[in-house]
Amino acid sequence: MKIPDLKKKLPDLKKKLMDSVNEIWRTVFRHGFKDTPRNRALIIISNVWLHLHPTQVREHGTKIRFTWCMGGITFFVFLFELVTGILLMYYYTPDVNKAYADIADLMYVVPYGRLLRNTHRWGAHAMVITVSIHMLRVFLSGSYKAPRQFNWVIGVLLLLLTFLLSFTGYLLPWDQLGYWAITVGMNMGRATPFLGYEGPFANLLGMTINNDVRFALIGGTTIGAPALLRAYVWHCVAIPLIAAALMMIHFWRIRKDGGISGRL
Amino acid sequence: MEIRRHEGELAELKDDRVFTWPNLVVKEFLAAIIVTIGILFYSFYVDAPLSELADPAHAENPAKAPWYFAGLQEQLVYFDPWYAGVVLPSLIVVGLMLLPYLDNNPKGNGYFTFRERKFAIVVFLSGYVFWYLLVYIGTVLRGPYWTFFWPWQEWTHSFPAPAPLHNLPLPLGIALLVGFYTVGLLFPLYIKKGTLFHNLDIIRYALTMGLILTMIGTAGKMILRLAFNIKYIIATPWINI
Ligand code: HEM
Repeated sequence: MKIPDLKKKLPDLKKKLMDSVNEIWRTVFRHGFKDTPRNRALIIISNVWLHLHPTQVREHGTKIRFTWCMGGITFFVFLFELVTGILLMYYYTPDVNKAYADIADLMYVVPYGRLLRNTHRWGAHAMVITVSIHMLRVFLSGSYKAPRQFNWVIGVLLLLLTFLLSFTGYLLPWDQLGYWAITVGMNMGRATPFLGYEGPFANLLGMTINNDVRFALIGGTTIGAPALLRAYVWHCVAIPLIAAALMMIHFWRIRKDGGISGRL
Repeated sequence: MEIRRHEGELAELKDDRVFTWPNLVVKEFLAAIIVTIGILFYSFYVDAPLSELADPAHAENPAKAPWYFAGLQEQLVYFDPWYAGVVLPSLIVVGLMLLPYLDNNPKGNGYFTFRERKFAIVVFLSGYVFWYLLVYIGTVLRGPYWTFFWPWQEWTHSFPAPAPLHNLPLPLGIALLVGFYTVGLLFPLYIKKGTLFHNLDIIRYALTMGLILTMIGTAGKMILRLAFNIKYIIATPWINI
């Protein structure tokens, strides 16, 4: 081929290349990659992850000074905990004879294990903080008022679940810190009115140490192997599933309630 | 409805709306990156705590709940566990859930304002601050045997024996409690011609004031304990308050 010939062909080739890329892109994302209003909308609605969003939002809703970004960050930290939590599960056995050693291994033996455990632990604390700041923002901007009352109620349940997620995780290393923290908690549990064996009016329902709420929570009369297993299942499976379900409702409701709140 | 011209294509954007992509999604991704970097940095320098292997025979002293529950544990000083650990947190959760239904002030919906909803904001913020104050005391200022230490004091096991506590006589205690709620419920009727009562109407008013008075009462009991060494306002064989 002569050089001038190639020069003529080159732009043609570039176009062909871009066309094929665009074609493949379309099979993956179901829209082209040119920045057009149509594609801006399609990016949102044709993407399973992003379609939680509406295609358009009121401008103030995108401002950090309005939402403080705290709900979004809480959700992100939740996802972050999901990923690091799953990675931790590869190394951890919920068995009183193994749990502590597994965590020690993570800290001293497993490559990047220490970083993994640290991020999961600090992420949990971060989530507790961000969710309470999110609640503060929603309160101060009056965003729980009509028609968003019920989404606030869902939010309160999420707040509670966030606390419980953190709390159940606290026991898993099976160290003194977690063990006695859970003991403190369960000493309160056994004092539940009517339902705890040391609580007021416990005798009315015939509560004893081996049939009250505390017994149900820890699967025994003392904190032992069943308590660890229960904490593990609550922490790794049950609460995350419930929380995820509630978050789906929470986000769904934000849109059904007319998007992010604001002056009408 | 406004039609905006955008790079040659017509786009319909309602009122003050902007496209979610990129306006919002970009910020979300940025926030996600910053948070990830933050957690990674912190985790790189600070290790998650891991104490010795759990030993049921050797209690930690002090044995502390995780910080977000330390406020409730701090309340154990002033109340029996059925209240501090079960009824009080339940009331907080129920109160929070009821909040949107109790606050029927139509103003301040979806924007920040203090002037238009002073009462709600003062009440909520008091509770919020109260909670974190207790968290702070419980996590930082409590040492062995849950003894109070200022941040600059060293934790020791040799502290003066705490003053003996006593209970209020039962009739006085009941009178105090009933009196507190009665006065508390009636008092707002005389402020600003009872605007609060008229705005909320009877059911909302009763629930709102019930919750607020319980919050104030909880703080009040702390003061009675700290100032007058009172253990129980009401002491009976069945229940102590
Ligand atoms: C795991 C916990 C939670 C997650 C992941 C979450 C997530 C979100 C997100 C992403 C938003 C969008 C606006 C924003 O970022 O501020 C939002 C809004 C909202 N959240 Fe949450 N939230 C949680 C807990 C709560 C709690 C504890 C409350 C209140 C008690 C609450 C009440 C609301 C309400 C009422 C809205 C609508 C606000 C508006 O339209 O301005 N959420 N939430």
